[in-house]
Amino acid sequence: MRSAAGLRAAPAIGQAPVPWLRRAFSHRSFAIGAVLTSLLLSCALLSLVWTPWSPYEIDMGAKLQPPSSSHWLGTDPFGRDIVSLLLVGARNSITVGIIAVGIGLVAGTALGLVAAARRGWVEELIMRLSDFTFAFPAILSAIMLTAVFGAGIVNSIIAIGVFNIPTFARITRASANALWAREFVLAARACGNGPWRISLDHVLPNLQSALTVQVTIRFAVAILAEAALSYLGLGTQPPQPSWGRMLAEAQTLLYQAPLLAVFPGLAIAMAVLGLNLLGDGLRDLGDPRLARKR
Amino acid sequence: MALLEVSQLRVWLPTQRGPVEAVRGLDFSLQRGETLGLVGESGCGKSISAMALMGLLPENAEVSGSIRFDGEELVGKSDGAWCQLRGNRIAMVFQEPMTALNPLHSICEQVGEPLRLHRGMGRAAARARSIALLERVGIADAARRADAYPHQFSGGQRQRITIAMALACEPDLLIADEPTTALDVSIQRQILELIDELVRERSMALLLISHDLGVIAQQAARMLVMYGGSVVESGPTAGLFARMAHPYTRGLFGARPRLGMAPGQRLETIEGSVPELADLPAGCAFSDRCAWAQPPCVGNRPAPILVGAGHTASCLRLDAVLGANRP
Amino acid sequence: MGLFLLKRLLTLIATLAGASVVVFLVLEILPGDAAQTMMGPDASPEAVRALANRLGLDRPALERYWHWVSGMAHGELGDSYAYSSPVLELVAQRLALTVPLALMAMLLTAVLALSAGIYAAARHNRLGDVGMMALTQVGIAIPNFWFAILLILFFSVQLQWFSAGGFAGWDEGLLPGLRALLLPALSLAVVQAAILARITRSAVLEVMREDYVRTARAKGLSQRAALWRHVLRNAMIPVVTVMGLQSAELLAGTIVVENVFYLPGLGRLIFQSISNRDLIVVRNCVMLLATMVVVLNFIVDLLYAVIDPRVKASDI
Repeated sequence: MRSAAGLRAAPAIGQAPVPWLRRAFSHRSFAIGAVLTSLLLSCALLSLVWTPWSPYEIDMGAKLQPPSSSHWLGTDPFGRDIVSLLLVGARNSITVGIIAVGIGLVAGTALGLVAAARRGWVEELIMRLSDFTFAFPAILSAIMLTAVFGAGIVNSIIAIGVFNIPTFARITRASANALWAREFVLAARACGNGPWRISLDHVLPNLQSALTVQVTIRFAVAILAEAALSYLGLGTQPPQPSWGRMLAEAQTLLYQAPLLAVFPGLAIAMAVLGLNLLGDGLRDLGDPRLARKR
Repeated sequence: MALLEVSQLRVWLPTQRGPVEAVRGLDFSLQRGETLGLVGESGCGKSISAMALMGLLPENAEVSGSIRFDGEELVGKSDGAWCQLRGNRIAMVFQEPMTALNPLHSICEQVGEPLRLHRGMGRAAARARSIALLERVGIADAARRADAYPHQFSGGQRQRITIAMALACEPDLLIADEPTTALDVSIQRQILELIDELVRERSMALLLISHDLGVIAQQAARMLVMYGGSVVESGPTAGLFARMAHPYTRGLFGARPRLGMAPGQRLETIEGSVPELADLPAGCAFSDRCAWAQPPCVGNRPAPILVGAGHTASCLRLDAVLGANRP
Repeated sequence: MGLFLLKRLLTLIATLAGASVVVFLVLEILPGDAAQTMMGPDASPEAVRALANRLGLDRPALERYWHWVSGMAHGELGDSYAYSSPVLELVAQRLALTVPLALMAMLLTAVLALSAGIYAAARHNRLGDVGMMALTQVGIAIPNFWFAILLILFFSVQLQWFSAGGFAGWDEGLLPGLRALLLPALSLAVVQAAILARITRSAVLEVMREDYVRTARAKGLSQRAALWRHVLRNAMIPVVTVMGLQSAELLAGTIVVENVFYLPGLGRLIFQSISNRDLIVVRNCVMLLATMVVVLNFIVDLLYAVIDPRVKASDI
């Protein structure tokens, strides 16, 4: 028989937030996700102040070395230290993630709120437009946009960000619609509040949890997309380190230095895994019906 | 020898608050061709008992005691052995006809399934027999409608179809768990009469479970009243209704709205509400709601006491209760 | 059934029309001169003007759009600038690789996902389920091109069972051709299978809770028989939906994976054409991809009608 251990009821109003944290960390997905995501963040932050070696310094004498005490994960074909490249690559991925998701979040949420507040043809138009973009796989569109407008980190961020807009618009509109029908919104309307006031003061705060979950998921997707674009040569350009491009370089050297292909991919996978688990954990914790340990 | 002999059946279910005893020592026997009624409110353990009799309890439930069917002990049997009995010698009809049938299979396939499984019938033979069964339960134009799907039938018709399914292999025992509760009142009568006819025709034993005293009064020769996982009163239906011994039975009976009541007359209720299984009192399960309860009731579980011919009640305060006026 | 088909067919045509408009708009309404983009910044103005003339870029947009669409209907897709050959021929050659690749990938996805999902559901809350869920979480996080590289590393470099890339064509025979496509198909399949396995698992678990499964057990069916005869067909409904949605991701994935394995398929063509700024090819190939996705979803809709008898009735 299953034990009765598990999550207790939510703390009463006014109690310290510590019980919430304890509850959060007893949830397996959230815990692992939080650890991995913090690892990613700390690597990125660390790279701002210190890396074991400079990731830009070329040292042909030390090229393609296996892991050793001086170069913990070895060196690439130009003698650059892998660990340093990975750390700066983390910073790169985080930057792309933040800005691309930020674009989607701000523009998409705004569109979704407008759609839910206005209804009618405005809503139809916004939804039809976002539906069309769904028919086109994001990676294809990103490739098209970056190739046409030029490769590089800025354009890839824009390309990825643009495709976050319909996703956030959808989520926001769906939840906002449900909220507009609730009593407290009706009460606010009865008090004479206009749609903008209501959207910002009443609807938006209640979307927090759904949006937070979506942010973590889209962050993971952004990292994957940037990696794919960089792999194809359309993303971050040299000499700026990028996990995806490291994999492309490694592919030509599979016979000589197989490990080069392992570490960057591992970094990507761990970052994405961490974000996905974090998102799953947040979703479960936010859902009162699922107050059970998984 | 009785067809079905249940003694000291106990069922523990795991819950968030630890394992809970949902059935607390169920004892009864059922003869061939006899109809036994089982009455109680939601949460009293009657459905769990029915599932125990079919071996359909959740995997993490624990069962102790004895269920002897035709001399064979069922408790502890493997699932494979249970599968040979289910749908074959013991069959069940459930409460919700709207969701009891698979929406993707035709009704002919579903009625024929036990026949093909237990009798090894081929497609054509099973189909012919299914059509005959559907006709018997009152599905009009059965031959033509045999290939229709459940969503094309009404609730009452779907219940008839599940009855046909249950009877396909001519079981010795039919368990009907609230077969009419989810149906319109006008249909309820028809379904009960149908079950009655079929049971008589085939000399089946019937365990009829319901929360409705009226249904039990009409159909069952003998009845059990359950509360909090145990039987509080049992006996021949007529005798039991004539002289109700247990406070709970009296409360149930008294709570019925009746024709001819004066306007403004208040309905009687049983004070309090049915507690969760984990919260039942240690002694008599009814003691926290009983008007006659006294200190010994809270500490001790009462044993059944003979009140009349074949009529027993489990209560420590029977003298006081029987001395009081009829409700 | 006829009416159902007709409605779906009309939706298909409408979606394709819409997609063609979007593709046209995105590629034609570019900043700057399309012909200039195609030839690159170093081309002489005369050459650019000549190309612009040849492509009819000086004519109004509506006329160009109509010319393109009517051309498609006749199989007249124009010529590729970079390859100097008719687009139709080019595309046909490439499809001979991409279509089998996509089909193989879909088959692998279905097999992997369904077995994993059903296994996990049958072992719900036990080690098998937890283990499978952890595995799928990892599967979702792995970039498909990294998995492809790892496969090459393991199977080609270490074990030498497969070649590290390239495709000799079908002339060598069916089996060698399939062999060359196996690792690419697997790379595409693994991520999609991870997602689909989770969907399968929840669909199966939900259906197992339904009343009619309890009825089936009450009739004497064993757990396994109830699973096969009653649960699976019902659980397939949401699963098939997701497979249809995934087809777009899968086809897009061929762009990256074909690059990893140096496969001369449609995906690689699109990528190279984009890099070469061969906009005519790009336009037609993207349209082709969109068509494939729409057709696949149409097939999914048809499958519903086959699986679920309630669909035929309600759609009139």
